[in-house]
Amino acid sequence: MSWGADTIRALGRRVISGIGRLGHAVLFLVRLMPGLGVALARGRLIIQQLYMTGVLTLVIVLVSGAFVGMILALQGYNTLVRYDAQSSLGLLVALSLVRELGPVLTALLFAGRAGSALTAEIGLMKATEQLDGMEMMAVDPLPRVVAPRFWAGWIAVPLLAMIFSAVGIIGAYIVAVGDLGLDGGVFWSQMQSGVSISNDIMGGLIKSVVFGFVVSWIAVFEGYDAKPTSEGVSRATTRTVVSSSLAILGLDFIMTAFMLRGL
Amino acid sequence: MQARSMELTVGLFVMAGLLALAMLALKVGNIHALNLGGTYAVTADFNDVGSLKPKAPVTVAGVRVGHVARITINPQTYQAVVTLDLLKKYRFPRDSSASIETAGLLGEQYVSLSPGGSRRYLKNGSKIRITQSAIILEKIISQLLYSKAGHSSGHS
Repeated sequence: MSWGADTIRALGRRVISGIGRLGHAVLFLVRLMPGLGVALARGRLIIQQLYMTGVLTLVIVLVSGAFVGMILALQGYNTLVRYDAQSSLGLLVALSLVRELGPVLTALLFAGRAGSALTAEIGLMKATEQLDGMEMMAVDPLPRVVAPRFWAGWIAVPLLAMIFSAVGIIGAYIVAVGDLGLDGGVFWSQMQSGVSISNDIMGGLIKSVVFGFVVSWIAVFEGYDAKPTSEGVSRATTRTVVSSSLAILGLDFIMTAFMLRGL
Repeated sequence: MQARSMELTVGLFVMAGLLALAMLALKVGNIHALNLGGTYAVTADFNDVGSLKPKAPVTVAGVRVGHVARITINPQTYQAVVTLDLLKKYRFPRDSSASIETAGLLGEQYVSLSPGGSRRYLKNGSKIRITQSAIILEKIISQLLYSKAGHSSGHS
């Protein structure tokens, strides 16, 4: 009798604690709100963080974008050539990248490269009592430490996603025209006839703005909420990567479902 | 010095992001489809629009001059009413005709306008009277098959 009840109880406990964490995260965001305005007024801190999160993530985004574009070109060609439709390769690559892969892969890479670093940094500041020290000096750490990191992440993800898509399309062009021998003019004209600015490009941009918000939010919350021990910081860093990845993919499904139905 | 070089790289990063967006908008997307010059709407009734979809191009002599805004049905005549948004910079005679054609054998369908000879022009809200419905490949094939079948049975 006890084994079944215990399992169900454990499940209930996990659900309750999960919802509790979500509540804490929302409360944290509400507490952060006034700090966001303050941080905007002091742009220098945001620029500094934009360097740490955005510029340093650029290399991995450029390399992954180029490879993903080239892979898409090879795989897409291999499938399309069976239907004698290889002229649509440019369209296939552009739509896949702009609508889906650009925003999603960039956000996943960002969570791994920059989100984890944000969590670890804030968590360590907490573990080494730097945040307490700031409070002691009557400096609120939320606008000074957390808000600039949040802004920087939010701004960096859409920019990185656009770079990812653009580099991916260039990579696909190089493979398609240089290696597979497709006509360059057809590659671009098919793309232009099929990609709509208001639906596809704006849709991708909206997705990446949402992902940037969510990943940055999770990263700073986990850091601020970490247990102030080395184990706590390491767990918080892991949680950032895991929950951001899940949140990105889940939100992506929801947003795609809405966008494809024309809402 | 450290801070200045950091500002420079951040500035370059933001510029690269915006340039990528501009490239996507100009080179990848179809900026002309935004109809920056404004459009006027004309309607045309078709017996059958086939698989014509909203946003399909409207062409004259192969040149894109607008797009299909929406497709509805006229409850009295049961004909499809296709609303075409044409670019304001082009004017077409009132006796122009519209036909639904297919790009390639299996490509997407679009509306092709053939200009008439009238001195009066189509304006917002006017109606194209001469139309030709979509050619539906399956119907033609089935007609061909039936005629073949009738032909061969007649002989034997």
